[in-house]
Amino acid sequence: MRTSDKVLLVFIILLTLFAIWVVLPIGHPDWVKQALVWQQPPEYRDLKIREGLDLQGGTQILLQAQPVGDQKITPTDMNTAKAIVERRVNGLGVTEPLVQLQGANRIIVELPGIDNGDQAVQTLKSTGQLEFVEIGSSTNSAFPNIQDGVYVRTSNTDRVPDPATLGKIANPYPDQVFKTIMTGRDLQTAATQLDQYGAPYISFELTDAGAKIFGAYTAQHVGDTLAIVLDNVVLSAPNIRSAIPDGKGIIEGKFTREEADSLSIQMRYGALPVPLEVVNRRSIGATLGADSVHKSITAGIIGLFTVLVFMIAMYRVPGVFAAVALILYALYNMMIYKLVPVTLTLPGIAGFLLSIGMAVDANILIFERMKEELRWGRSVQLAFNAGFHRAWPSIRDSNLSTIITCLILVMFGRNFGAQAVMGFALTLALGVLISMFTAVVVTRTFMRFLFLRQGANEEREKQWLLQN
Amino acid sequence: MFHIAENRRWYFLLSTVLIIPGLIAMIYSLIAFGAPFKMGIDFTGGSLWELGFTRQVQPAELRAVFVENGYPETLVTTVGAGGMALEARLKELSEADRTKLLVALKAKFGDVTDVQFLAVGPTIGREVTQAAALAIIAASLAILVFLVIAFRNAPHAFRFGVTAIVAMLHDLLLTLGIFSICSLLFGWEADALFLTAILTVIGFSVQDTIVVYDRIRENLPKYRGEPLTMVVDRSLTETVNRSLAIHLTALFVMSALLIFGGQTIKPFVAVLLVGVTTGTYSSIFNAAPLLVAWDERSLLGSRTSKTQTQTQAA
Repeated sequence: MRTSDKVLLVFIILLTLFAIWVVLPIGHPDWVKQALVWQQPPEYRDLKIREGLDLQGGTQILLQAQPVGDQKITPTDMNTAKAIVERRVNGLGVTEPLVQLQGANRIIVELPGIDNGDQAVQTLKSTGQLEFVEIGSSTNSAFPNIQDGVYVRTSNTDRVPDPATLGKIANPYPDQVFKTIMTGRDLQTAATQLDQYGAPYISFELTDAGAKIFGAYTAQHVGDTLAIVLDNVVLSAPNIRSAIPDGKGIIEGKFTREEADSLSIQMRYGALPVPLEVVNRRSIGATLGADSVHKSITAGIIGLFTVLVFMIAMYRVPGVFAAVALILYALYNMMIYKLVPVTLTLPGIAGFLLSIGMAVDANILIFERMKEELRWGRSVQLAFNAGFHRAWPSIRDSNLSTIITCLILVMFGRNFGAQAVMGFALTLALGVLISMFTAVVVTRTFMRFLFLRQGANEEREKQWLLQN
Repeated sequence: MFHIAENRRWYFLLSTVLIIPGLIAMIYSLIAFGAPFKMGIDFTGGSLWELGFTRQVQPAELRAVFVENGYPETLVTTVGAGGMALEARLKELSEADRTKLLVALKAKFGDVTDVQFLAVGPTIGREVTQAAALAIIAASLAILVFLVIAFRNAPHAFRFGVTAIVAMLHDLLLTLGIFSICSLLFGWEADALFLTAILTVIGFSVQDTIVVYDRIRENLPKYRGEPLTMVVDRSLTETVNRSLAIHLTALFVMSALLIFGGQTIKPFVAVLLVGVTTGTYSSIFNAAPLLVAWDERSLLGSRTSKTQTQTQAA
């Protein structure tokens, strides 16, 4: 019994206790979550097992920029488009949505929980039309419920979407079509400014053509309400205080600096710089997802249990050690899934289960080698050491070849539509790496305490190892 | 001791016989349908729509609705038992067309649940196909390079690499062939998961071969005077327990997945099951004997080598 073994044993026990604590579905203190600094954004810092869309149900959409004519798509265009899509996704009220740029001209959107994605697709694709809309006299208004965030129909756009999924505020006047005076095409620029008291407002400037229309209109409608509408949602509904002949105007309201900034960004970047087309879409119903989770858990438990029984039946005493190592293996995997976090998908679970096979492979190689060495007449101690030592090259090389395949799978999985492949490769590679620790280091440390202790019975140990 | 490398002609023959039906199926499919097996929408582009009903619906009933709405090429199949869930395959649907169809379906069948809906644009399909081909080529090359490096101290390291790849191609052909037959018989479709399975088979096949080769690598200097045939057969005999044990554990896990794992991953697991079995077989009966065949420059194993072995043994 060497000191290094004792250190290792203490380390394994501590690691196991930590893993159990992480895996148990109990409340974890905040400092653990804060320690997970690599998890971005910060609100993701938790210890949940993340389920992929195929398990929890949801919609995944791939949008591709469709340039008009000989329009060139720049990275700035795509970032702007992404920001706009992100804003719209937030408007959908989905928990933990994902909006990501992919390649030079694509945006991936993941909407967990939305299993009928038709409306979502419609919302994301819409071009982002900014409009100045006539509401009517403010002193004697027929439409008092026009306020920020309200959904309205306008003469310029004939869309009639389901208001519940859009601005979350239902259209108070579903039958009223408001007259569009001007669209975002006539807007030159918009910016957030601060007045002398530090209150933010938005200043905007129109193009020459816009200034003419606006000047004429405002001159005739002083005192009336004019709504600024983006994709049919009212951003702001100010009153016209005086005629605006020079095409420069301001919008005042009770908004914070952030709201004013977001408003001016929406006005500036209101319209998507490039139309987006849906090129790929996956909607998975929540029932199908829950069914998959249930079935793969059953399959996993049965598979793991069968392998445990097999190892003990086949190798008896060393088999028990391999079984313990395999349980630790499953535990450590769970821990890593929670800490990283690894998003579990159906193929991901399959990858994990397959790596169980590879995890016991190392133990089988070692035990078979020990038997051989004993049959060649070696002492228990020599056979024990040779088993680990001689089996190592083939464990290392065979696992390395699997990891190489996984790396190539991950590279391939970056391509959309093959993301299922990525989840599989990730859990398989992770499993192979962890198995090298559990099947070799953990098994060896545990077994040394039994086989290399003082005053061991050589004959009995030989029988334990040979088992036939 | 086994005489596998010595009697290699029979095992090579067996492999050939096993590969031929699948090969015929693949060639037939290639000529008849333009692909060695049915390609799913992940590769071809199109829509797959799984619908749940409150009563039993015949595929023909559902198909009729699609045909009425202008999709005459729609294919409808039943998913699982009970006939309450059906799957329609058609060209890529836009959101507007999908909404129209959903209205028509609800009018005909009452309450209809959207179990899942996938739509893949043709460009994406083409990209996935290209990436898949690249992935398989890249994986094979990377493994070849890795093997040559791993076996650099053994004589003829290059032969270890090449024969392992040949054994892997054997597994690949056999698996693809069986999938092609299932594709013709049961309509199995190749999707992204199928590709995952194929790449895993590649990894598994090589992993298994490496364990056998590792023993040959170890035994070569130990039994310097013996002909390669004997060293190989000795190594195979020594590792056969391990090969069987590991194959059994893999079988347990995959059978559990196959029986309890749900409909979606069945073809995936079936491919793995076939691949792992042939992977174990080919490491023992193809890869190692091929090493001998290369050394003796005789695929079938000549009489001289046989007498040589016998003299040695005696």
